[in-house]
Amino acid sequence: MTNEQLKEKILLLVPEALALENKQYAEFLIPAEKFHELALALRNSEDTAFDYLVNLTGVDLLPDLMVVYHLKSTKHGNYIVLKQKTSDRVNPEFNTVSDIWITAEWHEREVFDLFGINFSNHPDMRRILMDEQYQGYPLRKDFVDEINIIER
Amino acid sequence: MGVKIKSMKYNEFRDNETLELMKEKNGNFIMTTLDEVVNWGRSNSIWPLTFATSCCGIEMMATGASRHDFSRFGIEVYRASPRQADVIVIAGTITVKMAPVLKRLYDEMSEPKYVIAMGACAVSGGPFFYNSYSVVRGADHVIPVDVYVPGCPPRPEALLYGVMQLQRKIKQERSLIRRKAQMEDFV
Repeated sequence: MTNEQLKEKILLLVPEALALENKQYAEFLIPAEKFHELALALRNSEDTAFDYLVNLTGVDLLPDLMVVYHLKSTKHGNYIVLKQKTSDRVNPEFNTVSDIWITAEWHEREVFDLFGINFSNHPDMRRILMDEQYQGYPLRKDFVDEINIIER
Repeated sequence: MGVKIKSMKYNEFRDNETLELMKEKNGNFIMTTLDEVVNWGRSNSIWPLTFATSCCGIEMMATGASRHDFSRFGIEVYRASPRQADVIVIAGTITVKMAPVLKRLYDEMSEPKYVIAMGACAVSGGPFFYNSYSVVRGADHVIPVDVYVPGCPPRPEALLYGVMQLQRKIKQERSLIRRKAQMEDFV
């Protein structure tokens, strides 16, 4: 499927999606309430069988926090990028996709560890790279740690 | 005259003052033959523990490969169990999550044990000294180190030089003096 066909399909499933222009892959910004059912529909439907979650990362755009998903279909070769964002920095919360793609379990743990974004219904939400008792989320842009970091 | 290493002359080594200081601390007795034999055996057969966390591990593997072979110096095999190892070569970055594991491995090694800190990250935190939230700035925050080998990564010849310095350090030990007392002044 070409980028145009993917765009039509996404806009059919979720009319409020925002399609981003002039990118290499088909990129869409999805509102957070519709994300989980869209992801399930994309994996299960026959013409866009997105069974491979390539990457799941977090981005800190002051003042919003965003999570980016790269999906690929091993059957057809389609590639799509989905994004969802929130402007709540104190208690950001998204729905997990680890029941759809199991690899998301560790990726979401990394996003929680470094950005502080909680994923509801996640089976095992704890830190993965930093120490268990560490306070703070290192990859946020307003992160300051006076004890461990020597600034330069 | 100092301790003898077969391939290099005494004055080609750089840090002879520390070695002389260590020898004076041991008392100015002539070394007994028993000490010499024990030290000869210990220094020419140090078997390391397999411990390589990052890129310096590749350089350590290159030192152990056929071009610069460190089994010529007595490092015949690597032992996977810390109880059977003599030296731990800390090749790589020590992160905050790895530090308790390193301490536990060092505690499990049996005496006499030695530590070589290889590479800039193990010596002082290296390139991660500034602006890093997860790196321990130097392995000597965790365990006492005998020989520091700087470099990023150190060339195989540099690591071999570090091994030779460790051999000289072992050769001036006295068996009857406990090694812990010897370490306390130099840590």
